[in-house]
Amino acid sequence: MAELLVPEPQVRGPEPQLLAPETRMARVRWALRSWRLVAAMWTRATMAYRASFYLMFAASIAATSLDFVVLLLMFQHTDSLGGWSLPELGFLYGTSGLCLGLANLLVGSADALGDRIRTGTLDTMLIRPAPALAQLCAERFSLRRLGRPLQAASVLAWSLTELHVRWTADRVLLVPVLLVCGTVIFGAVYIGGATLQFWWGEVRELQNSLTYGGATLIHYPPTIFAKELVAGVVFGIPLAFVNWLPSLRILGKPDPLGLPTAFQYASPIAAALCVLAAALAWRAGLRAYRGTGN
Amino acid sequence: MSLIELQDIRRSFTIRTKAGRLRREKREVHAVDGLSFSIDAGECVGYIGPNGAGKSTTIKMLTGILVPSSGRLRVAGVDPARERVRLARRIGVVFGQRTTLWWDLPLRDSYELARRIYRIPDARYRANLDRCIELLDLGGLLDTPVRQLSLGQRMRGDLAAALLHDPQVLYLDEPTIGLDVVSKARVREFLREVNTRQGTTVLLTTHDLVDIEQLCGRVMVIDHGRVVYDGSLDGLHAAGQSERTLVVDLAEAGPAIEVAGARVVKVEGPRQWLAFPAQQSAAPIVAAVAARYPLADLSVREPAIEDVIARMYAEVAIG
Ligand SMILES: Nc1ncnc2c1ncn2[C@@H]1O[C@H](COP(=O)(O)OP(=O)(O)OP(=O)(O)O)[C@@H](O)[C@H]1O
Ligand SMILES: [Mg+2]
Repeated sequence: MAELLVPEPQVRGPEPQLLAPETRMARVRWALRSWRLVAAMWTRATMAYRASFYLMFAASIAATSLDFVVLLLMFQHTDSLGGWSLPELGFLYGTSGLCLGLANLLVGSADALGDRIRTGTLDTMLIRPAPALAQLCAERFSLRRLGRPLQAASVLAWSLTELHVRWTADRVLLVPVLLVCGTVIFGAVYIGGATLQFWWGEVRELQNSLTYGGATLIHYPPTIFAKELVAGVVFGIPLAFVNWLPSLRILGKPDPLGLPTAFQYASPIAAALCVLAAALAWRAGLRAYRGTGN
Repeated sequence: MSLIELQDIRRSFTIRTKAGRLRREKREVHAVDGLSFSIDAGECVGYIGPNGAGKSTTIKMLTGILVPSSGRLRVAGVDPARERVRLARRIGVVFGQRTTLWWDLPLRDSYELARRIYRIPDARYRANLDRCIELLDLGGLLDTPVRQLSLGQRMRGDLAAALLHDPQVLYLDEPTIGLDVVSKARVREFLREVNTRQGTTVLLTTHDLVDIEQLCGRVMVIDHGRVVYDGSLDGLHAAGQSERTLVVDLAEAGPAIEVAGARVVKVEGPRQWLAFPAQQSAAPIVAAVAARYPLADLSVREPAIEDVIARMYAEVAIG
């Protein structure tokens, strides 16, 4: 024991390999690594109870499948809804569900920010040498949340085999772009919404109505909604960029709003703007954060 | 250069209270109100003060959790609020009120995760963990989820977690709160070890003055966000005008006796209590009493540090 107690020669002063990553790229990589470390730890922890994990996983798939079953039932009586066929709706459903599910998987834990502030656990994240946002998003990570994206992915796969679309190069390319941008947009909405809790405590309710309400809305084609509402969605919340606009292009549909076709390719820009807005909101929120009273 | 430096640090909070149905009142609370001090590497400083004095707020600013409203702050050469992540590798923090461990994970997993997040070299990690396990008796607890640990066990777990990455500074906000006598002794023993053997600078807030007596060469008393005393524990007696007590048992009960340099504070039958300034010798008073009254017995009581501090807090509140 005596040997263990001998103090190491202390290296005091800047230690190059210990300094926080300086460049922006390195900082992003460090954030992703931190996320992965925490998420991996939680995965291992939940997998310790395997039976319960599989049960919850099955339950989550069953629950998320219900909306699509409703859609199927509606098509018992008609061949098209607002001029959209079942595979086309399946495409809308699959893409939006997949994006939302992936965003939820990756950053969904952020909406517990209010609790973290109230209980003071945000403080403990702030004293670790890892970005607090990365830790927040990975906290309580669970593979159980794979249920929704998996179910949506299978609907999407099915719709792709049924669609009658001439797969030109740009359309093929647009599908992965749509999925990536959509996930990024939903993720930014999650984080942006969570950030409000810095100011208003519990606004989780409002935020759920934004993301989940929004997601149900874009499962259904734009023409069956009033024009104003659609316009509100496009310009108010950029959720429409997730799949409406690109889908119009991919499926070769006319745009009910008559927007310039450039909008149909604008998802990456919308995604970038959302990320920027969410990042600024997070920064401002953290600055406003005062901590709990004791 | 000092390891920790504060120059005229202030932090206020705006509190909004409901006043009526729609009206809201704004009020400023100056939690920290112009603090200036510095702490050198290797010191062990006790940071005390009454409830709401601004101790936790100071610690939060020193870790980078809170941003000061104004003033200049340096810890290990960096501004905590601006370079929080960079500073995090050099400091260890223990909050007595809440854990810094992952609540639902076993201790072992928390430490393992810390190893990766802090990028602790394997050899250092093993050596530090083994030492903490030994000194804090954590061996049997490693596989227990943190939420199932008792308060004392959790506190030991937290202490270990705060030290795995060899921090230069260790901040402790009420590390002995709620612990039993044995656990307190163990925690103090451990902290002394960390401070003296490893040279880790320690800043400790507590309401248990035994912590200070046993660990800290330097005490800072703050109240209303200002330093009201900064110096050794002994100096605190002088500063607090503390008094020793001479207890005399006279041969028979009588009225309060009169002696120069002391005053009677209590009479109970033949026993009387005489208070006199702590730094003064008891001998002349004893001699004076013995010369004029028949004595059966006598004893001298040292001032309790609690009383000194209590008087100090009260004075500040009035003054
Ligand atoms: N987040 C906050 N919002 C509003 N006021 C706060 C906040 N944090 C602290 N305060 C106020 O600042 C003052 C100092 O609080 P602080 O927690 O620093 O005291 P303390 O010295 O740690 O007290 P204790 O011994 O009770 O822990 C108190 O008046 C408290 O009400
Ligand atoms: Mg406190």
